[in-house]
Amino acid sequence: MKNSIGRDIPENAIKDRKLYQGEFAMNSSIVKTTTKVKPVNPSDSKLLDNIEEAIVKCGLKDGMTISFHHHFREGDYILNMVVDIIASLGIKNLTLASSSLASIHKSLVKHIKSGVITKISTSGLRGELAEEISNGLMDEPVIIRSHGGRARAIEAGDVKIDVAFLGAPSSDEYGNASGSRGVANCGSLGYAKMDALYADKVIIITDFLVEFPNVPASISQTNVDYVVKIDKIGDPAGIASGATRYTKNPKELLIAEYASKVIVESGYFKEGFSFQTGTGGATLAVSRFLKTEMLNASIKASFALGGITKPMVEMHEEGLIKHIFDVQGFDLSAVESIDKNPSHHEIDSSFYANPHNKGCIANKLDVVVLSALEIDTDFNVNVMTGSDGVLRGASGGHSDTAACAKLTIIVSPLIRGRIPCVVDCVNTVITPGESIDVLVTEIGIAINPKRVDLIEKFKHVNVPVYTIEELKKKVDCIVGVPEKIQYDDKVIALVEYRDGSIIDVVRKVKL
Amino acid sequence: MERLRRTMMFVPGNNPGMLRDACLYGADSLMFDLEDAVAISEKDAARFLVYNALKTIDYGDTEIVVRINALDNPFGRADIEAVVRAGVDVIRLPKTETKDDILAVEAVIEEVERKIGREVGSTKMMAAVESAIGVINAYSIATSSKRLIGIALGAEDYVTNLKTKRYADGMELMGARSQIVIAARAAGIYALDTVYSNVDNMEGFIREVELIKQLGFDGKSVINPKQIKPVHEIYSPTAQEIKKSLDICRASSEAKKQGLGVISLNGKMIDKPIIERAERLVQLAIAVGLYKEDIKNEK
Repeated sequence: MKNSIGRDIPENAIKDRKLYQGEFAMNSSIVKTTTKVKPVNPSDSKLLDNIEEAIVKCGLKDGMTISFHHHFREGDYILNMVVDIIASLGIKNLTLASSSLASIHKSLVKHIKSGVITKISTSGLRGELAEEISNGLMDEPVIIRSHGGRARAIEAGDVKIDVAFLGAPSSDEYGNASGSRGVANCGSLGYAKMDALYADKVIIITDFLVEFPNVPASISQTNVDYVVKIDKIGDPAGIASGATRYTKNPKELLIAEYASKVIVESGYFKEGFSFQTGTGGATLAVSRFLKTEMLNASIKASFALGGITKPMVEMHEEGLIKHIFDVQGFDLSAVESIDKNPSHHEIDSSFYANPHNKGCIANKLDVVVLSALEIDTDFNVNVMTGSDGVLRGASGGHSDTAACAKLTIIVSPLIRGRIPCVVDCVNTVITPGESIDVLVTEIGIAINPKRVDLIEKFKHVNVPVYTIEELKKKVDCIVGVPEKIQYDDKVIALVEYRDGSIIDVVRKVKL
Repeated sequence: MERLRRTMMFVPGNNPGMLRDACLYGADSLMFDLEDAVAISEKDAARFLVYNALKTIDYGDTEIVVRINALDNPFGRADIEAVVRAGVDVIRLPKTETKDDILAVEAVIEEVERKIGREVGSTKMMAAVESAIGVINAYSIATSSKRLIGIALGAEDYVTNLKTKRYADGMELMGARSQIVIAARAAGIYALDTVYSNVDNMEGFIREVELIKQLGFDGKSVINPKQIKPVHEIYSPTAQEIKKSLDICRASSEAKKQGLGVISLNGKMIDKPIIERAERLVQLAIAVGLYKEDIKNEK
C-alpha cells in the first residue's frame, strides 16, 4: 500500500500500524501510559554492588524491553557491558529500545545471532551492526524513530520499557543523576530523562559517585530503583570532543554563506527569532555567518535549540542568544556551559520535539538548518541510508524540527565524491518534502514550490535561484544517473514518522 | 570594459574534485596546472583529466587558462595539442625567458588550430616570467605575439634564481614587479602578480595585494578560494571613489559640451590623466556591479 507521499509499504510490514498521511494528520487525543512503581522505604538502600545484581533485582525476564540512552555516543561502554551480562544470565528474546545506536555497539551482532536481542528500535544505526542488519541479520524489522517520535512512543505506551539502564557521569547513592560533575561528562541527559520517567525499573550506572544530594539532577531520585557504581562508563574522548569541527572546506563555507543569506532575507530574521543548526560541517558553519549578520543588524535570538555546539554557546555567552534549550550536548563547550550558564536549559526529548504533548519547544522554532544524504525532486530527505542502500545514519530530530520550524533549510552539496545528492527519488524518506522549504547547495538554492511567498521574496535577493529539477539536471550532467540499487522484498527497517505512522521502509540490499 | 583579471586561481590539473568545483568561488580566471603541481608519473593522466574537464564542465564566463609543460620536455607538445582541441581560452607558458619561447609555443598552437579547424589566433597566451633573464626580457616577451594577453611573475623560481628568498615585505620582488608592470603597460597587456603561499596568513596576503595594486598590477594569482574575496574587495572602488570619479566624468562631459579646454571641479583643475583614471574607475565599478548606470548615459 502506498502512503500519502507515494512510498510503497508492504502489507506484512504495516500490521496494525497507520500509514503516513501528512505532517499533522494524526492529532487525536491520546492517553499517556503509566509506570509501575515499587515503593522505596526509608531503610532501603539503592546502591548495589554490580550490574548483574541490579538485573536480577529488577526481575528482567525473557521477552522484556530494555533501554539505553546515546549521550555517550561512540564513547559508550554501558550498553555492550550490560547486554554481555544479560546474555551470560541466559535471558533471551529482548527488545532493545535505545535512543540511538553507534558503531561502538557492534558486539550486539553476536547477541542478535544468539537470540538475546530479537527486536530493536533506535534513531540511528552505524558501522558493522548497521551493515549486518541491512544484510538481513534480524527477523523483525528495526523501528527507526525520530527523537520526538521516540518520546511520543514512550508516552503513548507504544514502547513500554521494562528496565532502563541509564549511564550517568555523576550520581549519588539515591539516584540523583547528572550529565555533569563527573569524569566522563556529557552535559544534557535529555533522552535518558524520558526513560527515567516511563520505565518500570530504572538503574543508574555511574563511575563517579558523589555525596548526597547530587543536585541539580537531570534524573531525580524519585524515578530511580537502583544505583550501580562501575569503573568506567565510557571514553571521554568519544563522548564529547574538545573542539567542534571547524570546517575549512571552501565548498561547505560557500553553502553555509548562502544558507545564512537565505535566513537573513527570509523575513524570519528579526529580533527575538529562534533557530537550530545541525552538526555537519556546513550546518555548523552557518552559525559563524549568522553571528556576523546578527551583530551587523543588532539582532538577538530568543532561543537556540538542539544538539548544542560551541558556536551556539559562544553566541549565548556574548548575549546574542538569550536561552539555549539543550536535549544533547555535542562538545565540551556545551557540556561546560550547561553546568554554569543559568539560561542554558536541559530539556527532555518530549519537551524538545514530541508531536503529541501539549506543545513541544520545536513548535516555537523559526529557523532550522539541517543536512541531508540525499534530497529528491519532491524535497523528500534521506539521512538514514547511504548510496548503497545500507543503513548508515540517524533520524535524529530531523523530521521533528523540519515539520515544526517556520523555515526549514536543507544544506547539501550537489555531489559527494561521485555520488549525486539531488536525485529523482531518495532511497529512504526520513523527512517528507512538505516539511522542507529551501535547499541550499554550492551553486545556489531551490525553493519548495509550495512556498510561493519565498519564491517571490528571493526574486530580488543576490542568491542564484533554481528549481530543484534544474539542480537535478546539473547533477546528472556531471555524474550521470547511477543505476538503481537492487533490493530484496525483505523489510529490514520500518521508518516511523514522528506521529507513529509509517513513512517508509528499508529493504534488504540484494548481494 | 575589458575583461577583469583580478584573480587567477591555480588548480592542480590532477584533482578531479577541484577541477569540477573550481568555478564556484568567483575567481575571474582559473588556471589548471599541468606543470609544477603534477608529478611526472601523473602528467598524462592530468592532461587527460583537464581535457575532459574542459569538454564537459560548464565554467560559465570564467576564463580558463592552462599552464602547460615547457616544450623542452616530453609533455609540452601533447599538452598544447590536448588543450587547444578542448577549446581552452589561454595557454600559460611557464619559465619564459625570451620571446623565442613564446614563438615556439605559438607555432605549435597554430599548427593544432589549423589541424582541427579552430580559428587561428583564437587561443590566447600568457607568459610567466620566473628568472632574472626573463625579467630583463620582459618587454620583448610582452610584445612577442598578438596572442599574448598578459605577463605574470612567478616568484618562487625567481627569488631562487636571484639567490635570495621571499621576505614578508616583498622588497626582493620590487624590481621584477615594477619591470613586469612597466613592460605590460608598454605592450598594452595585463600584469599579473605571483601567488602568496601561506593561506593561513590573511593579514600578510592582504598587505601584499594592497602593494601590488599600488604598483599597478591588474590582479593576483591565488591558490585557495578564501583568497579570492579579499582581492576583489581591494580591487573594488569605494563608494567615495566612485562618486568622485562620476563627478569628474560629468564635469568633463559638461566642459566638452561648452567647448571649454580647461576643466575645473570644486575649484581644482582637472587634466586628461585624471579624467582617464576617473573613467577607468567608473568602468571598473560597473564591471564589478557596484555602479549600475552606464557611463555613456551620463554624457
